[in-house]
Amino acid sequence: MSEYIGHDHNGTTVGPVEKQFFTFAGKEDPFLLESGAEIHPVTLAYETCGILNEDRSNAVLILHALSGDSHVAGYYTPEDPKPGWWDIMVGPGKGIDTDRYFVICTNILGSCMGSTGPACVNPKTGIPYGTDFPLITIGDMVRAQKMLMDHLGIKKLLAVVGGSVGGMQVLEWCVRYPDNVASAVALATTCRHSALAIAFNEVARQSIMADPNWCSGHYYGKAKPGMGLAIARMIGHITYLSDESMRLKFGRRLQNKSALSFEFGAEFQVESYLQYQGRKFIERFDANSFLYITKAADYFDLAREHGKGSLVKAFSKCLARFLVVSYTSDWLYPTYQSREMVKAMKKNNLDVSFCEIEAQWGHDAFLLPNDKLDHLMKGFLNRVAHESAPV
Amino acid sequence: MWPMNPLRYDLQIIASWIPPGAKVLELGCGEGDLLLWLRQNRQVKERGIEIKESKVVKCIEKGISVLQGDINTEIMDYPDQAFDFAICSQTLQQVYDPVFLIQSMLRVADQCVVSFPNFGHYKTRVQLMFTGCAPVTKELPYEWYDTPNIRVLSLRDFENFTRQAGFRILKKAAINTKNHQMEGKIVTFLPNLSATYGIFLIGHQ
Repeated sequence: MSEYIGHDHNGTTVGPVEKQFFTFAGKEDPFLLESGAEIHPVTLAYETCGILNEDRSNAVLILHALSGDSHVAGYYTPEDPKPGWWDIMVGPGKGIDTDRYFVICTNILGSCMGSTGPACVNPKTGIPYGTDFPLITIGDMVRAQKMLMDHLGIKKLLAVVGGSVGGMQVLEWCVRYPDNVASAVALATTCRHSALAIAFNEVARQSIMADPNWCSGHYYGKAKPGMGLAIARMIGHITYLSDESMRLKFGRRLQNKSALSFEFGAEFQVESYLQYQGRKFIERFDANSFLYITKAADYFDLAREHGKGSLVKAFSKCLARFLVVSYTSDWLYPTYQSREMVKAMKKNNLDVSFCEIEAQWGHDAFLLPNDKLDHLMKGFLNRVAHESAPV
Repeated sequence: MWPMNPLRYDLQIIASWIPPGAKVLELGCGEGDLLLWLRQNRQVKERGIEIKESKVVKCIEKGISVLQGDINTEIMDYPDQAFDFAICSQTLQQVYDPVFLIQSMLRVADQCVVSFPNFGHYKTRVQLMFTGCAPVTKELPYEWYDTPNIRVLSLRDFENFTRQAGFRILKKAAINTKNHQMEGKIVTFLPNLSATYGIFLIGHQ
């Protein structure tokens, strides 16, 4: 996902938030991964907004996408130039209303924003894991999140909400922990990557691994594989947009010049935009985390993992009420992939709502201000909250 | 609770046929007025199918469970007898293959309700008779070249059709509506001539 972090146009915000940490799994009881590998300790960074009610029934877990973090809304300090990444959706009176719901957002396992990942120190060696960090899956991320929910004393989540790779976690939560999820909102996501999505991820990974600074993943304390990561991010950004959005946003316009200069610098606006996005990304993101998380997304296959190849079977234990949303111009996770999951849910008699929002901004549309999504979210959560309330 | 609009008269009739707690699927549910009323007053478990994005958004805003899609294809994914009632109100005249649709409705639901504007109404007949042009009325407000109503039928046509297709009419209501269909009355005298809409509850033969 891209960064569209902007201030709420009404100026409402949850205000100050604080990054917190939860550590579990020791030498005696390591965290067993789906690959069979073990890690310990495991730390998850998380943030909360709103107030958990007395019977702990108003918790909404937000799951971020590839490059996100736990900072979903609000500000760390009054001087912060930017709020959390989904400040337009999460806050008082917003789509996910923090006056009503207790919102939790946790950085995913394998990331580099405070949770355990390849940039963390391996207790066995005393130096960062690098590529000694075991491969992780979406299932591993979700199982770690479940440990955090247990720690917070939340037995049943009112809703799990997420887009893109966050949406994969949403689906995994519902299938893996059917009794612990009352409802789920899956935005611009898929039950498994298409060959196209895997292809883009692979090119992005290759560009990181081809960077001479990558050093097989053991670059910590040395020069970072910045060029490789920047190119990986540029590829990502192409998939987040769409033909239409690029045409509208850039067309063939030139950057700060009126004629072609017959050289290899960034001349077109689209080139300049992508290079800027790449440069900005390497300041905050770890190249190895990018490798691990994209691999986890490529591995994700709900039907294979939970239904012996059948998506209908995978959803058969689900109890949650679903809201599935796709976007007309999303070519990374096109609408047909959302319809596929909706079909499997219907065959299981699950309560599912589905809407394909008309939007020209491609896969990234779910992060942009959109009244329709606000209304969908508000109405859906309101119904769930109403029906989950103790009589 | 979501504030409720008064229900259109034909929908009031349909609602009166639905018992409390029923599982209801509505094909072409629009902004979800009927389903919302049924949920709040009959505690039904509701599902809707609607093709228009803006209307789907309105439904979900109200907390209605709705799928965006084409009724003819969306109905196919439901398991057999998943519902007590399937409702298709004022849409049948726009369906390419009504036999298949009603069969599908009776596959996923025990009973189904269909309603449609009555082409046998005297005003329609009079218009055709005296102007020689395809009739344009309040209930059928389109010109021949822009009408979505590709099936033109009267109450009698439909009754003949159910007999031939092997469906059983369990209940029927011929109604006459006014004031933008918000008010109306049941018509018993010469219904095929004087009713603007027909509503039928259909079961298996």
